[in-house]
Amino acid sequence: MKYEEMQESSESVNMTDSTTTDTTGETSAPKMTASHVDVFYGDKQAIKDVSIDVNMDSVTAFIGPSGCGKSTFLRCMNRMNDTIPIARVTGDIMLEGEDIYAASMDVVQLRARVGMVFQKPNPFPKSIYDNIAYGPRIHGLATGKDELDHIVESSLQRAGLWGEVKDRLQDSGTALSGGQQQRLCIARAIAVDPEVILMDEPCSALDPIATAKIEELIHELRGRYAIVIVTHNMQQAARVSQKTAFFHLGTLVEYGETTDIFTNPREEKTRDYITGRYG
Amino acid sequence: MNSLTEMKRRPTDWQGAAMQKRIARRYAAERRFKAIGMGAIILSAGFLAFLLIVMVGNGFRGFTQTELPLEIDFPAATGGVSSSQFEGPDANSNLQSMGLREIVDSSIDLQYGEAGNDLFSPGGWTTVNAMILADPKIVEQKATIYLPVVSEIDVAYKDVGNPEAEKRVSEFSGQFSTGFNWNFLSNSDATDPMQVGIWGAFKGSLITMIVTLLLAFPVGVFAALYLEEYAPKNRLTDLIEVSINNLAAVPSIIFGLLGLAVFLNFFGMPRSGALVGGLTLALMTMPVIVISGRNAVKAVPPSIREAALGIGASPLQVVFHHVLPLALPGILTGTIIGMARALGETAPLLMIGMRAFIATPPSGITDPATVLPVQIFLWSDEVDRGFVEKTSAAIIVLLLFLLTMNALAIYLRNRFETRW
Ligand SMILES: Nc1ncnc2c1ncn2[C@@H]1O[C@H](COP(=O)(O)OP(=O)(O)OP(=O)(O)O)[C@@H](O)[C@H]1O
Ligand SMILES: [Mg+2]
Repeated sequence: MKYEEMQESSESVNMTDSTTTDTTGETSAPKMTASHVDVFYGDKQAIKDVSIDVNMDSVTAFIGPSGCGKSTFLRCMNRMNDTIPIARVTGDIMLEGEDIYAASMDVVQLRARVGMVFQKPNPFPKSIYDNIAYGPRIHGLATGKDELDHIVESSLQRAGLWGEVKDRLQDSGTALSGGQQQRLCIARAIAVDPEVILMDEPCSALDPIATAKIEELIHELRGRYAIVIVTHNMQQAARVSQKTAFFHLGTLVEYGETTDIFTNPREEKTRDYITGRYG
Repeated sequence: MNSLTEMKRRPTDWQGAAMQKRIARRYAAERRFKAIGMGAIILSAGFLAFLLIVMVGNGFRGFTQTELPLEIDFPAATGGVSSSQFEGPDANSNLQSMGLREIVDSSIDLQYGEAGNDLFSPGGWTTVNAMILADPKIVEQKATIYLPVVSEIDVAYKDVGNPEAEKRVSEFSGQFSTGFNWNFLSNSDATDPMQVGIWGAFKGSLITMIVTLLLAFPVGVFAALYLEEYAPKNRLTDLIEVSINNLAAVPSIIFGLLGLAVFLNFFGMPRSGALVGGLTLALMTMPVIVISGRNAVKAVPPSIREAALGIGASPLQVVFHHVLPLALPGILTGTIIGMARALGETAPLLMIGMRAFIATPPSGITDPATVLPVQIFLWSDEVDRGFVEKTSAAIIVLLLFLLTMNALAIYLRNRFETRW
């Protein structure tokens, strides 16, 4: 973390403009565009010349063998890689035509617009309410207690968790089950009203029932947010996504409609991977 | 490889003699370990108990004083003054001008004869002074007041004193009584062991600790946070880390010399004051807080930082909203250890002149002051036997101070502890 960033980003950011984004009219222009992205960890290249578009109306799945750079690429999309000192990114990643690596881009605001859900559920050791309210508070999204309450309730509702926790909002977020914690983390991401949600293997620590709930949730969130999900589970990719990107050794081998990738892949490598002959 | 897989494995004989022996050995090893652990605990508890028993046993007597009754016929001695002039702000000076000291002396002569003045502590009249201030009506009547005896007789009465004093003790046996030595709690250092008190040193310690805490805690915490969360990881920060670790291991007397050279000689701050003492001890405490603070900050799981960054918290918000609250219990633990060490420190304070004889408690950070451990050191050096039990009593006060401080810190730590 660089010190200058702290200074430029310590002001809270008002996000109310972005809440009015119309989701229906955006099928044509991609939400995020990456072109010729290379990522290096020191001397080692982890991503080689990847170009990809992420659309508002579809869920995009990243698949590929372990270590191929899915997480690395995902973390570039909201500049979480900035926290790794040796990581270096070249190429362009645009969010609605704005270069997110440009000097004028405020990284704090970017991360509020492009939220992230991690592999391991990581709720704050605070109450359920405070977990959700934290984002809106620091960004000044709510003007009063009532509005904040409303944001908390609607976020939890959208994450499908409201019914389970509405009577114990003051309990610690860490006291929930793994699946509930992950939905809490999704609700926390939703609460700042992002445009894109990045999910890095959000179900890998969960049992099948909790996984099904998250998948259902992703289904419902689709259209309202552009969603990118990394998964190792082929069936999951097939179930939740409309677009699939197959990564291999840091390159983007194939990117297209999920149905095409799974039924009729163009590349030999893709076919080997999804039929289980690989990795 | 092949020969290995082909090799037939014998079925494991779980009941065999060799296996039983192995099990027995395992149990024996576990029992041995338990016994050694218990032994270690008992030994350390024993040392602690021994220390406490010896200290309390000796020090307890420091809180009591031996007294003899003295009858003062105020109306006769003063020619009948009214009690009203001993109320209000002028009371003290009126008592002086009335010659209270002489009245007490002559009353002693009257009751105990010529040698009577060797019997009572020279400062005994201050007890009478205090009594009159508390209740002026006394001066209109004939009163019997218990006054502290001289140190030699006090020692002889409580324990074994010199033959001279022992003789006098047996002479007046039956008349002695033992009272609580309030002076010990409210007075400061004095030359007469019957009149010494711990208040000045206690207050000095308190002020010094406040100065130390106010400086060492924020500086230590901010340094730890900066080093862990912001500083780039390079040669320079490595060097700083090594220096801080070394600083924590530097003998305390060196810090005293440093304080002498920097604060007194260079900056010209007032000698013997709590300010310089606190600054010097802060130098000593800071590395401890930095090291424990860094460890506590390091122990905060990275996933919490990522979670906060992921919803758009700025690095500063991550530190102050998440990392610091989670690290606070650990930081407080380190602070307790550092402060406890500072509270018990003598050597560096001797260097900066806090060993002077100071009979009035400090009222500010620049007044000459002394602290509890230095006071203990000074009293333990006195030849007068009356100081022995005062030393132990002062040690009890120091230990109580320490216990209170630790209890407070543990309470704070538990309050901030996050339950996961
Ligand atoms: N912080 C880092 N420092 C150095 N190298 C890294 C770092 N993080 C990842 N890498 C390397 O970058 C490459 C891609 O890693 P990445 O975590 O993106 O893979 P992945 O596709 O997400 O794998 P998985 O499916 O196992 O999560 C790997 O070779 C990895 O060793
Ligand atoms: Mg990964």
